Amino acid sequence: MKSAVVQLPGLNRDRDMVDALTKISGHAPVTVWQTETEIPDVDLIVIPGGFSYGDYLRCGAIAARMPVMQAIREKAEQGVKVLGVCNGFQILVEAGLLPGALMRNTSLRFVCKEVLLEVVNADTDFTRAYGQGQVIRCPVAHHDGNYFVDDATLSAMEDKRQIVFRYAGGTNPNGSLSDIAGVINARGNVLGMMPHPENLIEAAHGGTDGRALFASALDVIAA
Amino acid sequence: MNIPNRIAITPELVASHGLKPDEYQRILDLIGREPSFTELGIFSAMWNEHCSYKSSKRWLRTLPTTGPRVIQGPGENAGVVDIDDGDVVVFKMESHNHPSYIEPYQGAATGVGGILRDVFTMGARPIAAMNALRFGAPDHPKTKHLVSGVVAGVGGYGNSFGVPTVGGEVEFDERYNGNILVNAFAAGLAKSDGIFLSEAKGVGLPVVYLGAKTGRDGVGGATMASAEFDESIEEKRPTVQVGDPFTEKCLLEACLELMKTGAVIAIQDMGAAGLTCSAVEMGAKGDLGIELDLDKVPVREERMTAYEMMLSESQERMLMVLEPSKEDVAKAIFVKWGLDFAIVGKTTDDLRFRVLHQGDEVANLPIKELGDEAPEYDRPWVATTPRAPLAASDVAEPDDYNAAVLTLVGSPNQSSRRWVWEQYDTIIQGNSLQRPGGDAGVVRVDGHRSKALAFSSDVTPRYVEADPFEGGKQAVAECWRNITATGAEPLAATDNLNFGNPERPEIMGQLVGAIQGIGEACKALDFPIVSGNVSLYNETNGTAILPTPTIAGVGLLPDWSKMARIGGMQDGDELIMIGVDGSHLGQSIYLRDVLGSSEGPPPVVDLAAERRHGDFVRGLIRNGQVTACHDLSSGGLVLALAEMAMAATRGLSVSLSDQRGPTHALLFGEDQARYIIAVPADLADFLRASAESAGVPFRRLGTVGGDRLMVDDVVSIAVVDLVNASESWFPAFMS
Repeated sequence: MKSAVVQLPGLNRDRDMVDALTKISGHAPVTVWQTETEIPDVDLIVIPGGFSYGDYLRCGAIAARMPVMQAIREKAEQGVKVLGVCNGFQILVEAGLLPGALMRNTSLRFVCKEVLLEVVNADTDFTRAYGQGQVIRCPVAHHDGNYFVDDATLSAMEDKRQIVFRYAGGTNPNGSLSDIAGVINARGNVLGMMPHPENLIEAAHGGTDGRALFASALDVIAA
Repeated sequence: MNIPNRIAITPELVASHGLKPDEYQRILDLIGREPSFTELGIFSAMWNEHCSYKSSKRWLRTLPTTGPRVIQGPGENAGVVDIDDGDVVVFKMESHNHPSYIEPYQGAATGVGGILRDVFTMGARPIAAMNALRFGAPDHPKTKHLVSGVVAGVGGYGNSFGVPTVGGEVEFDERYNGNILVNAFAAGLAKSDGIFLSEAKGVGLPVVYLGAKTGRDGVGGATMASAEFDESIEEKRPTVQVGDPFTEKCLLEACLELMKTGAVIAIQDMGAAGLTCSAVEMGAKGDLGIELDLDKVPVREERMTAYEMMLSESQERMLMVLEPSKEDVAKAIFVKWGLDFAIVGKTTDDLRFRVLHQGDEVANLPIKELGDEAPEYDRPWVATTPRAPLAASDVAEPDDYNAAVLTLVGSPNQSSRRWVWEQYDTIIQGNSLQRPGGDAGVVRVDGHRSKALAFSSDVTPRYVEADPFEGGKQAVAECWRNITATGAEPLAATDNLNFGNPERPEIMGQLVGAIQGIGEACKALDFPIVSGNVSLYNETNGTAILPTPTIAGVGLLPDWSKMARIGGMQDGDELIMIGVDGSHLGQSIYLRDVLGSSEGPPPVVDLAAERRHGDFVRGLIRNGQVTACHDLSSGGLVLALAEMAMAATRGLSVSLSDQRGPTHALLFGEDQARYIIAVPADLADFLRASAESAGVPFRRLGTVGGDRLMVDDVVSIAVVDLVNASESWFPAFMS
């Protein structure tokens, strides 16, 4: 499976993501600069975390309007898998590829810590290597991860099993509605999540709970 | 539009630039005429304490700065140390004290930004940051506001830039009520053949301005940072710069791309006194003149004067000497990253610093003398009076040991700093092996199979105040010890010397004593100082801070799979103390926080023992014989045990029967050169024998297990109660 990592000014976990994809799939992903209007033929496109354009407007709002996002939108419509992590999730929301909004953490502070995630839907292309209801460890590092969506949309999302990860064990770090940590689009090929699975994939990270997500998305055997 | 440069130079104007009458006379003698207004500003920027080190230089020269691994010592943007395989670590610590007191968020943020820029200017990608923060008393009305702003500022910049914060210090003392300390450290990785320096080479080559545009922010910042504070401090807010971590991240990527192209002949970041300092340093170091045309400088405000442009401390800017054949490729990189790239001048062979603005020559000064012939003082100093000895038998025992231990564990200075470091991204880049909360931060070396670097920042200001020489030694020794406690070999350090007004002989005496102590310890431990920063005039209304020479060190772990952690022990492991029995209570936190006294001298550091004990412990760790390791520092044996128990969430059963002395001295004594290690039980006898043959004191303390910290029949506290006491102070304080 081939993958691509999107690079925008201010993103800063692109190197972490390239490293994770390389270590798990054995192949380095291609990188795609923000001004590209075409994306190479890949199976997975990842928008990594960071502070695109400094997050000086709403997080992800400027990035969502860059040329590369139109190319990503087209790929998503063709069914290519798209993963947005942290700022990547915020960008996907701002681009309208995922429902909801990400507001400032209720503490009003940046938070970097390990949380627990419940795999609420293990039947997606991103989570099939996890067990349904499995609780995994995963770090978060963000200032604006407080997910919000209106009641009607939430209930529709729940009906379609679009909530993929929930903070578990009382570890919700940001006040997200319904403990939501990650959501998928109705078609099931665009996933956004605030936590950073790419920072928990090897012994040096203190755990490997993030590996199965990439193994699922890249269709490789989870190790 | 013609902006005047002809403002009359009066004695008041000279004084308001922080220049003394004799210093102004020196300027007149040097240039043989009255300086223009812009020139006065340039002299003020180059000759202030912050840029010229005029009070400290004479003493800084006595520090050891070389060693087999030192590639670049003090004098460049940062120190460079060899870590094998063609890799080097580039690091420095720098203060941003005055700005952070005036405007905590931006002051701290730009402190972080400045130190990161120092590191990547040299061609290194930043891989770790630390921050040593000192605030006033918790109950002082400004303290909460300053803590909140500084921590948010440190995080706001470092998190967005994308460097993990892996360690640091946060302390409170009323002596910082009017002058907080924000000391920012950064380290980066480079290849030994990819280091970039500031020395200009070649005549007639383009001088290029890179990065963000120039505004009026920070005009006169370096001069402000070289003066004492008084009630007029609010008026100084406009001298604090505003940080833009997004632009800095773009500047990092653009600079590293640029450096690969061969376009960079010399490069210097614009820090204190921005354009002035960077241009003068590049020219003076290369024995070249520099001519700048200010009409070409990218500005973000209208009608800026030459004076303002030369003294602006707008952030995220660099100056470089360009290889002319690479202009197009260099410019394309900066355009891609949305940054300014402007040729603003050229190198010359006349050793003059010439500044042109709107057709006028607004400055024409001898470039070498601006830097090299800055005033240098041998200021009068008096040694600190030694404190009378304090025998442990003259110090009261606690009525209740459990209460005393819980008091210390939950005290403002010893409690958990989780509230602080959870606001910092500690894991970005995916290489953090040890995050804040242990003895040292540890980061893997990207691209290498097993190598890692350890970082620690230390100083015990109350020791330095009681005895600057011993306190200086202890700061170095504790840093060396913390690095050793991970199994790393300490390689080199950076010093950040924070003191009061050096024109007062007793303050100058603290500075001299501390530097002498630092020098002695660095020599004995082969731990050279490769970079640093001096921050003086940390006084408000005549009250000085505690003398605070922060030492930040770097160590190398050849194989991180054999690294030790504070909480790695297993049930059944034996606990061993390496080092002498606790006896010294002078300047201890038991004395301060339980008995409310600050009597006695600080503990003396026996540097030979420090080295012997540290080398022994490191050897055990590298042999894989140690399951956990922690150094003993403030709070002595019992606080170190409590910290290990909390980190592992395991109980410890300890007996003092192997040791001799009063119980409170054994438990709370702050004697130096000591560690606690945990080892598998079946190794204990073997290790005792090897300790004896190495001449290293070895005390069996007890075993790991259960859920309480127990010491004979004097201490028995549930680990969960320790954790609650430790974790609750900071959030309760800030809520």
